[in-house]
Amino acid sequence: MTTLPSSTSTGTNTDIRYRVRHETTYDYRRNVTLSQQILHMTPRSFDHQTVVSHQLAIEPNPPDWSTHADYFGNASKSFTLASPHRRLLIRSDSIIELHRRPNATVTANSLPWESQRYQLANPLDNNLLAEVAFLYDSPHVECSTALRDYALPLFSHGRPLLDACMALTEHIFNDFEFDPEATTISTPLTEVLEGRRGVCQDFAHLMIGCLRSLGLSCRYVSGYILTTPPPGEERLIGADASHAWVSVYCNGLGWIDYDPTNRCLVQNEHVTVGWGRDYGDVSPIRGLVLGGGGQKLKVAVTMEPIT
Amino acid sequence: MTDIHLSRYQSVQHGYDEVFTKGGEPRAHWRTLLDHLGRDMPDTMRQRVDAVERRVFQNGVTYNVYADPKGTQRAWQLDVLPFILPASEWSEIEAAVRQRATLLNKILIDLYGPQQVLADGLLPPALVHGHSSFLRPCHGIKHVDNIALHLIAVDLARSPDGRWWAVSDRTQAPSGAGYALENRSVIAQAFPDLLRELKIRPIHGFFDALRDSLMHWGRHCAARNDGELITDDQRNEAPPLIVLLTPGQYNETYYEQTYLARHLGFPLVEGGDLTVRNGIVWLKTLSGPQRVHVILRRVDDEFCDPLELRSDSALGVAGLTDAARRGNVIVANGLGSNLLETGALLGYLPALCRNLLGESLRMPSVATWWCGEPAALKAVIEDIDRLIIKSAFPQSGQEPIFGGDLDATARKILIQQIRAQPHHFFAQETVRFSHAPIWRDALQKQQQTHQHTQQQTHHETPQPTAQQAGLDAATVGLRVFACATPKGYVVMPGAMTRVAAGPDTRVITMQRGGASKDTWVQSTGRAQPQNLEFPHTSVHELVRGDTHLSSRMADNMFWLGRTTERCDNRARLLRTALDFLLNTSAEFRGSEWSTVQGLCQWFGLLSETDDVTGELSDAEIELELRMTVVATEGNGLAANLQQLYRIASNLRERLSLDNWRMLNQILQQNNDDLLPSLADAVALLDRTAGMLMTLSGFALDGMTRDNGWRFMLIGRRLERLQFLCTVLQHGMGMPVHSGLEWILQLADSIVTYRSRYMAQPEWHPLLDLLVMDDSNPRSVRFQLIGLVKYLDRLALVHGPCGGERMHVLLDELQALNVERDLHCGSIALTALLSKLSNATVVLSDQLGLQFFSQTGAVNLNSFTRA
Repeated sequence: MTTLPSSTSTGTNTDIRYRVRHETTYDYRRNVTLSQQILHMTPRSFDHQTVVSHQLAIEPNPPDWSTHADYFGNASKSFTLASPHRRLLIRSDSIIELHRRPNATVTANSLPWESQRYQLANPLDNNLLAEVAFLYDSPHVECSTALRDYALPLFSHGRPLLDACMALTEHIFNDFEFDPEATTISTPLTEVLEGRRGVCQDFAHLMIGCLRSLGLSCRYVSGYILTTPPPGEERLIGADASHAWVSVYCNGLGWIDYDPTNRCLVQNEHVTVGWGRDYGDVSPIRGLVLGGGGQKLKVAVTMEPIT
Repeated sequence: MTDIHLSRYQSVQHGYDEVFTKGGEPRAHWRTLLDHLGRDMPDTMRQRVDAVERRVFQNGVTYNVYADPKGTQRAWQLDVLPFILPASEWSEIEAAVRQRATLLNKILIDLYGPQQVLADGLLPPALVHGHSSFLRPCHGIKHVDNIALHLIAVDLARSPDGRWWAVSDRTQAPSGAGYALENRSVIAQAFPDLLRELKIRPIHGFFDALRDSLMHWGRHCAARNDGELITDDQRNEAPPLIVLLTPGQYNETYYEQTYLARHLGFPLVEGGDLTVRNGIVWLKTLSGPQRVHVILRRVDDEFCDPLELRSDSALGVAGLTDAARRGNVIVANGLGSNLLETGALLGYLPALCRNLLGESLRMPSVATWWCGEPAALKAVIEDIDRLIIKSAFPQSGQEPIFGGDLDATARKILIQQIRAQPHHFFAQETVRFSHAPIWRDALQKQQQTHQHTQQQTHHETPQPTAQQAGLDAATVGLRVFACATPKGYVVMPGAMTRVAAGPDTRVITMQRGGASKDTWVQSTGRAQPQNLEFPHTSVHELVRGDTHLSSRMADNMFWLGRTTERCDNRARLLRTALDFLLNTSAEFRGSEWSTVQGLCQWFGLLSETDDVTGELSDAEIELELRMTVVATEGNGLAANLQQLYRIASNLRERLSLDNWRMLNQILQQNNDDLLPSLADAVALLDRTAGMLMTLSGFALDGMTRDNGWRFMLIGRRLERLQFLCTVLQHGMGMPVHSGLEWILQLADSIVTYRSRYMAQPEWHPLLDLLVMDDSNPRSVRFQLIGLVKYLDRLALVHGPCGGERMHVLLDELQALNVERDLHCGSIALTALLSKLSNATVVLSDQLGLQFFSQTGAVNLNSFTRA
C-alpha cells in the first residue's frame, strides 16, 4: 500500500488507539470440498503496541482450530473446512493501542554501521543470538553483491547506522515506482532491482536484501497503515490493504522500523501484525483448496483512529 | 592361490589395499574367500557372475538415473565378490556409528528445540540460521522419546593408514538399506557355503528391529489424540498403521522403496493417498479413511507438506507438519532432519560429542573447515589446491569443486565467491578411499546389459576368455545404517559397499554409474540371535485381508487386470491375423480374413482403409502387423506391454518376485527395435501369450484373495468380456458358411471344442461353448458370473457398485433359449452382446468414479499484494 504520510515523522507523544478490520473473501466458481488454511492475522503485542481486543471470524465456521506460536512468536492459526462451500470469508477485527516509538531525534544517535555489523558477526560475545536469525538469506530474499552495491554508497565509512537506513529508505522511495502490475510474489529480487518497480512487499524485500547483504539484521513486518482521505472527503470503508515494511536491529535501541514505500521512519500510523524473515513467514493467509475451479479474491482493510 | 583371478588385480600404489598387506600377503579375513576362488573350476566364477546378473535382472532391481535420456531405469550393479570385515574391526565401526547416530539425534532435537548448542558456542548460529534446510515451522515439534532420527546412514571411507573415517551423514531419508538386503539375498546364493564357513552375520534382524521399534512408537501415538491420552473405551485395538511414503516411481531409489515396503509389510503410499483432517493423518482406502500413526518417509523434508513447507510440492501431504506438531503422527525421520546433512557440521562434531555425550568422538570425520570462521577461511584459501570446496547449504545447488582441478582464472573466481559469502562454503581434504577387488567382466557385462537388455537370456555376448576375466582394484566406501529402538540405536551388521565407477574416482555416487557389493561382517563366535525385548504382535492385532488398500492401489490393480488381459487379446488377434498370412494362400482367404482384418482395425492394430487409400495389399498388411507387434507407441503390442509394466511398477510391493521376473521376461523379449520376420513375429506372439498365461496363473494361485485381488479380477473379466463380445459381433457378421476356427483360436477354446465335437466348427456348438458354457473360463457367462460374484463381495463393504446391472444381464443371458437363440444372426443374442459391450464401459466408469477418484486438483490461494 502506498500513501503519503499523514503527519511528520516526529510523531506524537501520546498513545493512539486504532480500530482495524481486515476482511478477506474468496469466491469460488465451483464447490470447494476441502480447504486447509494457515492464518497470520492476529496482531501481536510488544513494546510498541498493545492488542486491546481481537476477534477472528470465519465463514463457514470451521469445526476445528489449531493455534501455535510460530518460530518468531507470531500467532499462527490453522483450520480445515471439509464440507463443500463456494465462499470463504475471513474477518479479523482488532483494537490496537500504539505506544511511542523512538523518533527521529532519538534515532539520530546510533552506532557506526560497521560496528553493528561487527557485533552481529560475533553474536555470542554480544548476546545477539536472537537477532542473527534475521541476518541471512531467506526464501524470498537472496543476498547479492548487486544489492550490497546498490546500498553501499549510502553506507559510507563510519556513518551512523540509522542515519544510513533512513537514507536508504528515501533512496528506494525516490528510485522505485509503485506499480502493482510490474511484479508478482515470485518475482526475484534481482528483477525488482533492475525493473525499479513493484509494491510494498517488493520494496520491503529489497531493503531487507540490501541490509542483509551489508551484514545487518533486518526483518519483514506485516501489518496495516493509516491512510489519509483527500482533503474534504470521508474515509472510505475497506479502501485500504495490508501493508509491509522493514525493521532493522540497532544496538541500544532495539528494532527500528522503516517504511520504504512511504519514505518514513515508522511512528504511530503503522499497526503490526507480525514479523519474520520475509513475506513467506507471515503471509496473512496461506492455504490450499481442493476443487473450486477459479477463485476471486477480495480484500478490504479499514483502519481508523478511535477518538 | 589363484593366479588366474589375481593376475589383473593391480596393486595400487596409494591408498589402503583391503585384501593384501603391504608385503603382498592376503589379510586373514580374506584368505578363505581367496582359497575358495582358487579351488574353483575355471567356469565356476563365470556361472556365479551369470547367476548374480540374472537374479538382479529378473528381480528387476533397478536404480533410476535422473539424467538418463534413454529411459530412466538402470539395472542395479552388484559385484559378485562380497566385501568382508572381521569381527574385531566391525565392533569398532558399530560402536562409532551407534555413537554418531545418538549424537546427531541429540543435536537435531536441540536445534529444533532450545538451541542450547548455539548458546554454548558449540555450533555457529550462521550454520543453522543461514541454512535453507532449517525449517522454522518444524521448530518445537515434540518427538516421542526424543527420537527424531529413526533410520540413519553414515558413509565411511578407509584412509591409507587403515583407519575408518566418516565422510558424510544421511540424516533425512537414507537410501540403501533395502539394496543391502537385496544384495545379501542375491550374493548368498552365489556363495552359500562361504557365508556359513566365515560365520557371516545375517542382516534381516536389523529390519525386524526397525519395524518393531516403529510399531512400538506407533502404539504410543495411537494411544493419544492431540497429546491427550485416549480413554480405554475410545481406543482402537487395531495395530498402529505404518506407511512408507514414496515420491513415486520416478524417484531414483523407487525399487528399493518397494522392496523395503514389501519386506517390512508397510503399505507403500504416495502423498495423494494420505490426507490430513483436523490434525490427524488418514490413508484413503477403499473401506474408508484409516488413521496413520507412523510415516516412514522417502520424501525430502520440504516436499512433505505443501501447506506449511513448500507450496509447489506435489509429493507431500498438506497439513502434515501440523499433525506432527500435535503429536498425532510420527514422521520418521523427523521433518527438518536434512539440516544435519551439511558437511560443514563435521568439524564441530568432536566438541559437540564431548559436550552432549560426555565422551570423545569414536570415529574421526574427514578434515573439514567451514569458511564462515575467519581463521578457517584464511586457511582454506591458502590451501585451496589440496581441498574440495563444497556448498554448506543445499540451496546453492553447487557441485563439489576440486581446488586442484582449477586453472588460475577459475581459482580466482572461486576465491571471490567464497570471500563474498564465506558461510556458504566449506572445504574438505580430498578423501583417499581404499580399494578392493571387483570382478572385472562382471561390471563390463552389466553395463552391456543396460544397453541391450533383450539379448540377455540367450547369452549372445561372447564368453570372455580366461585372460579377460579377473579381479580389478576399485575404490570402495561403506554406507552403514543405524536405527533407533527404545533401547538405543542398533547398527545393521552389514552395509552397502559402494564401488566407484573407475579406478581413480574421488567421488562415489550411484548416479554416476557406481556399483555395489554385499558386505559381510564376521561374527565373533557363535551366532548371537538379536533379541529386542519389546512387545510384538498381540492377538487383537492379527490382520486378515487388505484393510489398508488405498484407492490408488485399487485403481492400479483394476488396470493391471485389464491390461494383462488386453495384452493377451492383442497378442492372440495379431497371431491369428499373421497365421492367415503365413498359412492360408490368398485365394483361400475368404470372408474370415476380411473379418479378422476388420477386428484388427477395430482394435487399432491395423490402420483403417477408405475409398481414397483403397484396399491394402497383403504385403502392406503383413508389414503393418509385424510393425504393430513391436510398436511401442499407439496401440502396438509392445506399447500395451510397457503400459502393463508401468502399472505393475506402481504395485511392486504387492507383486511377488515370481510375478516380477515373468513381467521382466515378457517386456525384455518384446523390447527389440528390429522389425521381426513373419515367422519370428508369430513365434514371439506365441511366447508372449504363454508368458501372459503364466502371469495369470500366479494371479490365481499365488495371490491372497483380498479386495485388491478382486479389483484385478474384475478388470480381467471386464476386458475379456468386452473383447469376446466384439469378436462374436464381428464374427456373426460373416456369411453363413464361413470358417469359424479363428474365433475359437481367439477365444483360446479350440482344444475344448475339438475334444467335444471332433468336427469342423459350427455356430451352434461354438456359441454354446463361448457364450453359455459356465465351465469355460473364456465364455461370456463365465465372465459375467465372475463379475457378479466379485462386485457383490465388494458391495458388502462398499454398497452397490454396479453389480446389480450385471445381475440383470446374467439373468437375460441365462434366459436365452439354447435351441432358438444360439445361432448366427439371432436377434436376441446380437442385442444381448451389444448390451454387454455397453455395460462393460459403464461399469468401468462407475468403478472409476466410486473408488478411484478421490483426488482432485489442488489449488493454491491467490495472494494479496499491496
